[in-house]
Amino acid sequence: MGWTGKILRVNLTEGTIKTEPLRMDWARLYLGQRGLATKYLVEEINPKVDPLGPDNKMIFATGPLTGTAASTGGRYSVITKGALTNAIACSNSGGYFGAELKFAGWDMIIVEGKSPKPVYLTVIDDKCEIHDAGQIWGKSVWDSDEWIKKRHQDPMMHISIIGVAGENQVLYSCIVNDLHRAAGRSGVGAVMGSKNLKAIAVRGTNGVKVKDGMRFLKATREAKKVLQENAVTGAGLPTYGTQVLMNVINEAGAMPTRNHRQVQFEGAHDISAEAMATPRKSDGQKNLLTNQACFGCTIACGRISKIDEKHFSIQNKPQYWHASGGLEYEAAWALGSNTGVNDLEALTMVNFVCNEQGLDPISFGATVSAAMELYDLGLITKETTGGIDLKFGSAEALVKCAELTGKAEGFGKELGLGSLRLCTKYGRPDLSMSVKGQEFPAYDSRGIQGMGLTYATSNRGACHLRSYTVSSEILGIPEKTDPLATDGKPALVKAFQDATAAVDSSGLCVFTTFAWTLNDIAPQVDAACEGDWSPEYLMELGERIWNMERVFNNRAGFTAKDDNLPPRLVSEPAEAGPAKGLVNGLAKMLPEYYQLRGWTADGVPTNETLSRLAL
Amino acid sequence: MAGRARPLDTDRIVSDPSTITVTLKLYASLGAFLPAGHARNEATVSVRDGTTIDALLDGHNVPRESRHLVLLNGHFQPPAVRGSVKLKAGDALAVWPPVAGG
Repeated sequence: MGWTGKILRVNLTEGTIKTEPLRMDWARLYLGQRGLATKYLVEEINPKVDPLGPDNKMIFATGPLTGTAASTGGRYSVITKGALTNAIACSNSGGYFGAELKFAGWDMIIVEGKSPKPVYLTVIDDKCEIHDAGQIWGKSVWDSDEWIKKRHQDPMMHISIIGVAGENQVLYSCIVNDLHRAAGRSGVGAVMGSKNLKAIAVRGTNGVKVKDGMRFLKATREAKKVLQENAVTGAGLPTYGTQVLMNVINEAGAMPTRNHRQVQFEGAHDISAEAMATPRKSDGQKNLLTNQACFGCTIACGRISKIDEKHFSIQNKPQYWHASGGLEYEAAWALGSNTGVNDLEALTMVNFVCNEQGLDPISFGATVSAAMELYDLGLITKETTGGIDLKFGSAEALVKCAELTGKAEGFGKELGLGSLRLCTKYGRPDLSMSVKGQEFPAYDSRGIQGMGLTYATSNRGACHLRSYTVSSEILGIPEKTDPLATDGKPALVKAFQDATAAVDSSGLCVFTTFAWTLNDIAPQVDAACEGDWSPEYLMELGERIWNMERVFNNRAGFTAKDDNLPPRLVSEPAEAGPAKGLVNGLAKMLPEYYQLRGWTADGVPTNETLSRLAL
Repeated sequence: MAGRARPLDTDRIVSDPSTITVTLKLYASLGAFLPAGHARNEATVSVRDGTTIDALLDGHNVPRESRHLVLLNGHFQPPAVRGSVKLKAGDALAVWPPVAGG
């Protein structure tokens, strides 16, 4: 219960589709989605496999609460070996695709091999078919979504699609569902492209069964009340979205600016939530039209925006004149502060392009930023960029880069490599602000010390969603800690990592944890799923998942040397703001973290730890 | 409007040597409590030397229950000290209601 108990296995090399029962013994140990699909992956692939080769697999996985009445119960994840990182990848998305997959009767789809020609998959309840994608290969996410729905005469389908970026194997390409929600990070779109798989379209007409219906309704109703009454999830997030952080993080002196050269951006207000909600000077309209919720969500933090049609970036480009997914904080930072661009309309346009072509806006923006620094230093020139004047602060250059990268045209082909490969090519790998090849998100770890440890130890490369200690260090949730101190951060990071791994395996959104703890989540899981699910057991399960991912990475060739930060963050002090004079204290935190994890000084889980966690 | 700040007594004593100038930044829903004519969610205000964080915010009618995240020059000020920490010339005080993101 909660689970459907069935998975689809699609072999694209052979063109076969099989069904099989879900391993319930594994479900008890790994719950679902991130944890359970990672278990399948690590059992089935060689950790050293080429992520873009046919032997890599990718799993579209739901959690047991996906598709249920639980608030935010619409999540799914794509689990694979990441094209950008060569590490374990798990990219999580909202929208409606995950719930629809459950309604069709499936917990997950395992995709194997490589199709000899472009194809897409349809899953309509029990019926699963592989179709020729020749007519949509080369088309955008938006056009492909429309074409598939027309082709199958079903506007109710929910579709996960790669854009041209995934087809061209841009190393940070993503998978977009419902037009503007995305499994965004680590290059899962490139893996899908390498398999010649353009899309998975799903339509389901069944419900999701739970263990104890009455108890489940009671538990979910009480949990929704907590979200509603909490000032953050009940009012702050729906009204201002994640973008409200722009001024917060800037004021706190942790806003990565111009490829992390600075920690505060003078144009932050121009690209903030407050600016999105203020009428533009150009046409008197607001950038932000409304908020939007994913399936079953009672928070509704999503942004829907519309660009001024006269803005230079979209003149004569009617595909961007409609309302679509607007800026979230991570995109606004990466495309804006980190490139020095304070043009809100240009950032929104580039965000639209990322959705249209299937690019992760964090890694794209951070790669452009790194290229801007190379340009600033004279290591690349207009000759390299194909004539683009790639100065920090140039909205025109940013827009041009966005239009070239997904299509892998001109300098866009180099930008598609990601910042580490690009900077290495031009002799300055230290200018790539990344860990394990994946670019940082929107928090400078000189101003938020715990995030340095978070990034360095994240199993999927630099990521804020593996342990969002910003919540404690800046926002005071669940309790305030000092962002400039390293004391206590190893334990804080470990706790966030383990709890988040459990939430990511449930089908729920991690944003609920601004109001919920595992004490709110466990009763919902327990009422839906066979077995006993206490908060303590969920923490243990999260720790098990974290260690399983770590073991995979170690076997893939990663060592303690990869738990590191770029030299800039540990040797160049912040120039201004509260963190002025500080670097990140990773060296102080890492040994204690390994010890708390039960790992050796070399970052390897001990046999005792693995045994304790049933690994 | 109800949330609009009344003129502070301190706003009229700019020339008094016992006054200082600070920057008040009110974000998200608190922007409504900034003085008229502000831009970019911030205003320069004059206050008597010795004014505390709470006194400044009281003077602008910022509801106490909405003072969730209070940063003085970027440093968090917990509720317990807001009634005693005195503002200095050139300080920047930034305040948010409960917000989050990611």
